[in-house]
Amino acid sequence: MTSHRNLHVKTFVLIFFMVIFGPVGDVFLGKGMRQVGALNSWAPLDLFHFFFRAFTSGMVWAGILSLLAFFVSYTLVLTWADYSFVQPASSFAYVIVALLGHYALNETVSPLRWFGIAIICVGVLIVGQTPPRTTEVPAGQPSAHENPLPPGGRAAVPAQNLEQAG
Amino acid sequence: MIRELILLFFIVIAGTGGELALSRAMKQIGEVHDFRPMSILRVMARAMTVGWMWLALLLMATGFFALLGMLSLENVSFVIPVSALSYFVGSLGGMLLLGEKVTPQRWLGVLLVCFGVTLVWMGKG
Repeated sequence: MTSHRNLHVKTFVLIFFMVIFGPVGDVFLGKGMRQVGALNSWAPLDLFHFFFRAFTSGMVWAGILSLLAFFVSYTLVLTWADYSFVQPASSFAYVIVALLGHYALNETVSPLRWFGIAIICVGVLIVGQTPPRTTEVPAGQPSAHENPLPPGGRAAVPAQNLEQAG
Repeated sequence: MIRELILLFFIVIAGTGGELALSRAMKQIGEVHDFRPMSILRVMARAMTVGWMWLALLLMATGFFALLGMLSLENVSFVIPVSALSYFVGSLGGMLLLGEKVTPQRWLGVLLVCFGVTLVWMGKG
């Protein structure tokens, strides 16, 4: 029971990182690139200046690091969770974007958009109640239900601990 | 129109196919238990040795460039419902290619997300 809970908790924590770092990275990178300005010519010197401006912008780096954190969270959660669970659950990012827009940037969010966001929330809630992993763990791989076993095949747990647990 | 349909095909199939290949690659790595930075770095380095990871990167890059190409031909309102479609295609791919059990409950959630994402983009104008 606890291991199922652990699996749920770590899945939701990583999806939470995805829905935060993804939109935040987009915003930083978008703002940073607008500060850098458009690339007007493909001449080598102009290209050099463009990339120099981009890679010396703190905003661009904040965007790159956020998107990197998004990608790492995404790849880590996929080591155990179903793609058909993670992909729809991560659409919660739309909710974060609307809330950020409304409360942080004072943007107007249309009623149709709020309605769409409510529908996404219901969809994510329904997906979130299904088990995050429905595929079998390949033989030889430790699952979330057990600790990694030593080469001998049995967990090295002192006998008295097993008795206490039993 | 043929050009748009070809690009649409690449956005959905290559983009979602790339993420499915990524999922396949990471399942090959196995469930992560240790979340310390060095351990995460080792997992990412190991992922780069899996063939599926390279296929994933190739497909995701193809999907991204197809999206850029489509944006140069059509406006965003035409392109975005495609991202709603990718939730459906993604679950279908997860079921058929990765052997995931997509229950009726999960399908209902996925379809609601597709519908919600479409409404969000319709409400943006």
